[in-house]
Amino acid sequence: MARAEAPEDPTASAAQAATLDVPPEIVAQSLGEWVRAWLTRLRAGQSGVLPVVLGLLIISTVFTAISPNNVFLSAGNLVNLFQQSAVFMVLAMGEVFILLLGEIDLSIGYTAGVGGVVAVQLVEPATTKWPWWGAILVALLVCAIIGVLQGTLITRLRLSSLIVTLAGSLILNGVMLIALGLGPFSGSPSLQGTNPNIRTLYKLMWGTIDPVVSWIGMVLVVIVIGSILWWSDSRRRQSGLVAPPASLTVLKIALIAVVGIVVVAICNVNRAAIGTLAGVPWVIPIVLVILAVWMVLTQRTRFGRYVYAIGGNPEAARRAGVNLAIIRTWCFVLCSVTAGIGGLLYASYLGGMSNNFNGGQIVLYAIAAAVIGGTSLFGGRGKMLHGVLGGLVIGGIYNGLYLLAIDVQWQFIVTGFVLLVAVAIDALSRRSATSGSAARV
Amino acid sequence: MIEDSPSTAEPLLKLHGVEKHFGPVQALYNVDLDLPAGQVTALVGDNGAGKSVLTKCIAGIYQIDHGQFFWEGRPVQIHSPRDSARLGIETVYQDLALADNLDIVQNMFLGRERLRNGLLNEDDMERAAGQTLANLRVTTVRSIRQPVASLSGGQRQSVAVAKAVMWNSKLVMLDEPTAALGVVQTQMVLDLVRRLRDRGLAVMMISHNLNDVFEVADRIAVMYLGRLVVQDRASAFDRQSAVEYMTTGKSGRTVPNAQDKGQHGAS
Repeated sequence: MARAEAPEDPTASAAQAATLDVPPEIVAQSLGEWVRAWLTRLRAGQSGVLPVVLGLLIISTVFTAISPNNVFLSAGNLVNLFQQSAVFMVLAMGEVFILLLGEIDLSIGYTAGVGGVVAVQLVEPATTKWPWWGAILVALLVCAIIGVLQGTLITRLRLSSLIVTLAGSLILNGVMLIALGLGPFSGSPSLQGTNPNIRTLYKLMWGTIDPVVSWIGMVLVVIVIGSILWWSDSRRRQSGLVAPPASLTVLKIALIAVVGIVVVAICNVNRAAIGTLAGVPWVIPIVLVILAVWMVLTQRTRFGRYVYAIGGNPEAARRAGVNLAIIRTWCFVLCSVTAGIGGLLYASYLGGMSNNFNGGQIVLYAIAAAVIGGTSLFGGRGKMLHGVLGGLVIGGIYNGLYLLAIDVQWQFIVTGFVLLVAVAIDALSRRSATSGSAARV
Repeated sequence: MIEDSPSTAEPLLKLHGVEKHFGPVQALYNVDLDLPAGQVTALVGDNGAGKSVLTKCIAGIYQIDHGQFFWEGRPVQIHSPRDSARLGIETVYQDLALADNLDIVQNMFLGRERLRNGLLNEDDMERAAGQTLANLRVTTVRSIRQPVASLSGGQRQSVAVAKAVMWNSKLVMLDEPTAALGVVQTQMVLDLVRRLRDRGLAVMMISHNLNDVFEVADRIAVMYLGRLVVQDRASAFDRQSAVEYMTTGKSGRTVPNAQDKGQHGAS
């Protein structure tokens, strides 16, 4: 019988095909091997964040070349760009929770709007005079309740998330307008003024950290992240598990350090026309903290594992004893709370809230950002980092076209095309992955 | 290969007079089945014979209407999948229930992740998963950190089986484990089934494929229209008699004192 050698034989071709799907860091033993494995994957369409990083490079090159006085890459504009992108980044990170499930949430634009209005209204010294932290807490709580309601309708009544959140978007638009109309602000409560609570909300976007403190903070962050990376990789190496080569770990840490130094150096350039304005804006650590917490939650906890499992195969998750309804509902809650933070940042960016807030457009940009960053619309594939990178792309296009004094209609058109490209990459890589595995059966 | 060990000991799981109906439709009539440890019992039968219903009753997905389960000789109740899992019964369904986007380790531990300080203990899980795969000699996967989407059909089946035996399970039920596989991959899975038996597990394998059944099974139980018509040592059957039992519920050929309701064989 051919039984004895059977297990070895059939898999030769399968294993060969499978190399394409294996992340390079789990098989490579040296840096050279890692680069080769990475290139193989790239050719097979498994590109990870590469397209979006390339996209960012193209955007910065093109806009730097054609912007007046090459102002695009100036320190002042880069900080400005990050501030403009921050709202998209945060909303996109919220949307990643939902996209991972294979669902969609169209309401987060106006969820953010409601959150922003609630916070701004509550701190107004002319009316409610709440402390800033109380206002933020209540605003996020309101957003959480919105998430609970929508999530419950979707998971318990099995309604389509598309329709529930579309309805939610309309309802919340109305709720936001009602909330805006409260108080003596004729529909546009503002964050201008010297009241400390108002100042704090305003500073979420516009406050800066002292340059020296910025440096110290950056060094501390790099040391902490670097030692965690080094410690976990070296423990894996010692216990004989597949681990990336030490040189790769060092390279990663060095890359993080370089990015940190560049960011702080740029932010510490005086970017004011008159006087001094330097230092890392608050919004950068705010976005990074959200990113870090949500990354740990999605990559390192049971909850995150179940979110991916539900996105990949809900039936498998159900049989494994995962309570699908609870996990799904929690995703909607976390998404709405994240959107609420985005709404706070937006209110701070505008220095108040008004009925100019276009939540319908913002949500589309947020979903576009997540997808451009590399999160799949089909569920199960995506990372929080994708939201941040995609948000930078959207912010970059917006900012670059604004510098060129190009009308807003072109901004819509360009962003639309970028989204089309991103969705096409998603669908094509998915198709090549499935046809590949079908051929291997 | 096949030892005709006289199963003197109590079978690991014994079904006595099990009945199940869905409304007016009677799916199982008075089924008696023995699943001894260290043996592969093949459950065969035509479509609609009740194989899947019986499997789901043992797995706790359906609850039986009449009859009893005896686990290691003691009467037990199986009301839910949790009950059967607690006894040490694991089922590998035909669709395998693997999440394509997760890797092998993540799939094997899905729902029972190990934690350290509240976070996933990936190193520990990877080591344990690697150990289980090595014990079962599933050595063809390139890395246990590769996504399941990149595996061949036989490898996926192996991962699903390894996932099932990882939890100190004592009885593994395999639903058509070779249905979608080519010749070589089928051999790979059948070898795996033998290794489960050699480790002392009770294995129940549902199969349509008599080649596979005769190659790997120690015992054969045949179902026909909701009844278990015969169960005996595999050597007591030949292809002809097995097909006759499957298609007509009886056999004209001489099979040791087995008739209609096969109260024969082990015990």
